[in-house]
Amino acid sequence: MYRYDSYDQAMVDARVAEFRDQARRRLEGKLTEDQFKPLRLMNGLYLQLHAYMLRVAIPYGTLDARQMEMLADIADKYDRGYGHFTTRQNIQYNWIKLEDCADALADLATVEMHAIQTSGNCIRNISSDHFAGAAADEVVDPRPYAELMRQWSSFHPEFTYLPRKFKIAVIASEKDRAAMRLHDIGVRIVKNDAGEVGAQFYAGGGMGRTPMIAPLIRDFVPIDQFITYAEACLRVYNRYGRRDNKYKARIKILVHELGAGEYIRQVEEEFAHLLSVGVEPPTAELERIKAHFELPEPLRLPGQGAGTPLPSGGAAESGAPGQARGGAFDQWVKRNTHPHRHPEYVSAVISLKPAGGIPGDATSDQMRVVARLAREYSFDELRVMHTQNLLLPHVAITDLPAVYAALDEAGLGAANMDTIEDIIACPGLDYCSLANARSIPLAQRISERFAQTGRTSQVGELKLKISGCINACGHHHAGHIGILGVDKKGVENYQLSLGGSEAEDVALAKITGPGFDEDGVIAAVEKVTDVYLASRTAGERFLDTYRRIGMEPFKEALYG
Amino acid sequence: MKILTGNDLRTGAVTWWDGSSWSLHVNDAVDVGEDAEEILAREVAARRVNVPYAIAATRTIDGVRPAHIKDRIRALGPTVRPDLTLKPQDPQAIDWVI
Amino acid sequence: MSQNLGTSPDEVQFRFRDDEPVDHGTVTVDSALEQTNAAAVRIEPGDDARALLPFLDRLALIEVNFPGFGDGRGYSAARILREAGYAGELRAVGDVLIDQLSHMRRCGFDSFAPDKRLDEEDAARAFATWENVYQRAADARRTIPEKRHEA
Repeated sequence: MYRYDSYDQAMVDARVAEFRDQARRRLEGKLTEDQFKPLRLMNGLYLQLHAYMLRVAIPYGTLDARQMEMLADIADKYDRGYGHFTTRQNIQYNWIKLEDCADALADLATVEMHAIQTSGNCIRNISSDHFAGAAADEVVDPRPYAELMRQWSSFHPEFTYLPRKFKIAVIASEKDRAAMRLHDIGVRIVKNDAGEVGAQFYAGGGMGRTPMIAPLIRDFVPIDQFITYAEACLRVYNRYGRRDNKYKARIKILVHELGAGEYIRQVEEEFAHLLSVGVEPPTAELERIKAHFELPEPLRLPGQGAGTPLPSGGAAESGAPGQARGGAFDQWVKRNTHPHRHPEYVSAVISLKPAGGIPGDATSDQMRVVARLAREYSFDELRVMHTQNLLLPHVAITDLPAVYAALDEAGLGAANMDTIEDIIACPGLDYCSLANARSIPLAQRISERFAQTGRTSQVGELKLKISGCINACGHHHAGHIGILGVDKKGVENYQLSLGGSEAEDVALAKITGPGFDEDGVIAAVEKVTDVYLASRTAGERFLDTYRRIGMEPFKEALYG
Repeated sequence: MKILTGNDLRTGAVTWWDGSSWSLHVNDAVDVGEDAEEILAREVAARRVNVPYAIAATRTIDGVRPAHIKDRIRALGPTVRPDLTLKPQDPQAIDWVI
Repeated sequence: MSQNLGTSPDEVQFRFRDDEPVDHGTVTVDSALEQTNAAAVRIEPGDDARALLPFLDRLALIEVNFPGFGDGRGYSAARILREAGYAGELRAVGDVLIDQLSHMRRCGFDSFAPDKRLDEEDAARAFATWENVYQRAADARRTIPEKRHEA
């Protein structure tokens, strides 16, 4: 994975010093809160309901054991012993003090981490496929391109006061595991017929109060013009994105109001101009970055059978004799492993969704267990998934029993990836100052209910996503089932929607009808799964059945 | 009654105006009547509180109860982590929020 | 007779040029397009900086106004002017604060007339924040990627 050189380190150190100085000026009264707010936000520091919250960047979701251990140390030293992993592959701490923040950032800098641009109206942390580099279906590892963008977008002098926040995702396969088309810019790294690597650009996607799926704006940008094209996209947005209304300021509104064709025309014009100016980093830089992402020696050759899913019970022969295995282990292997490009390895999902638990939360002790497992079993590499889970990307199939045993002991062994227990939920009104309703208690009750009745495995793949307000941090628009919390005259109320997807079959969910109270929406989720179980044909996921039979039968069951 | 709340500038902790300073406990909150604007302006200028605002509340036999659920959650702490609230020993505390 | 809306040389707090500051009437972009003798113009956030490109030769001062520091259109305006070869004074005026100085400098601003005078020491620190930079901009500094691959 990527390692800082002295330049990268100096940039992060300079940022820590700058923030320390900004915090000092705020505490001395030289900066008002209005002036300080965008500065602290650009260092990931929010003021939430109970305290300041610090969001730390995990670029494209990749980190090593030493970094995870530092995240655990930060949780213990400056917070309350836990952290929350987010849908954009970052981590949030809920109880950071302003007066401690620069010290926490300085500690992070010692392990090549930071909170740069994790909030604010600037280019945010770049996200990617959580299986990047390990999945068999990729054209290339997308992370070097994401890293090139990370450097370009860090402290970009022209794009620090954009109309609104700007999120970019970079993937390199037909499968979309990063909600790419629901980003301000989505990039898919592709190869053309001549075998040359280039970038496909989508622009103007997003969730929030006006969800939109990004249209394709360029099929192939030669890779030696990658940054120049991105710069053109951003310049057109910075100049013409709306600034009169915060809720219409995202690029999706610009692209929608101009029409994709006109936005493309303006970008192409700016692109041609910028090519003449020359803003592209030297091509040798991409090669330098790529070298950092070379797979560890044993994984380099995919070999025959790359990407073959483990057959059910396929890990039964793995591990040392006498190691505990059987039902729970088999279930976990079946549910939580993903095919690897090397046939003797898998990627293993560490669920942060124990039934009844808080989605995405991990204690400092759990983080240390995960770090140790990464060191021992995954070539010192970890990922944060956009589903608020963690991942050991490269685990030998023979090591799975040992990995599972350790995870299970740490309360991290839930076998529920992509099931109805694997709920994405924003922090909601329990933590967030923007929220209208709580999200976490719903997630807890639903996962507990389905786990208890044993219905989880019966229902199979079903992505349930919960947001506590219209800003949609819980991706409810993209849920097979989505729940949106609203404030109905001071009382929490929940709207149900069906049929969304963040994947390559991207779609926006549709609202079923009138909202429900907390008990009501939980009952409604059960009813919806009843309809699915009664209507599905062989091999159909919930989403497939919904697409085939439409909204009516579900409405009938809910309101009929 | 009308009460004032905000967050401590240095620590971020939720605080309530008790008539002379900022308390961590909502039950210390006092009715500020017509003086809200004046107190807020003075306290912000002195940096004794960050982004404060006035809210409606009622005084009951149990103490001061903010009118909106958001401020009751602020007064107690996250309902999903009773151990991190101001009343970790009181299992009924969450009922007060809802 | 158009009203002078510009800043005077006395209001300039930081200047990174050796020439004498011009001190004549500053006009709006619209007026500049009509008045062939205007040598100083002021760009508002909604103005298209490219409208000035045909007249750059006769301009000695371009002010870019920041009515609020959070409106970043002026950064693009500045770079566009420099990319087109404008070599005259480029002055950031209005709600110009300490923490925006280094980025403004990179986008090509070489003078600064903030509404409120800035603390000299804090400003000096801000201008010097970035010893190195990742991306190309209007300041022609060699970037980190370029330095990494020097022969």
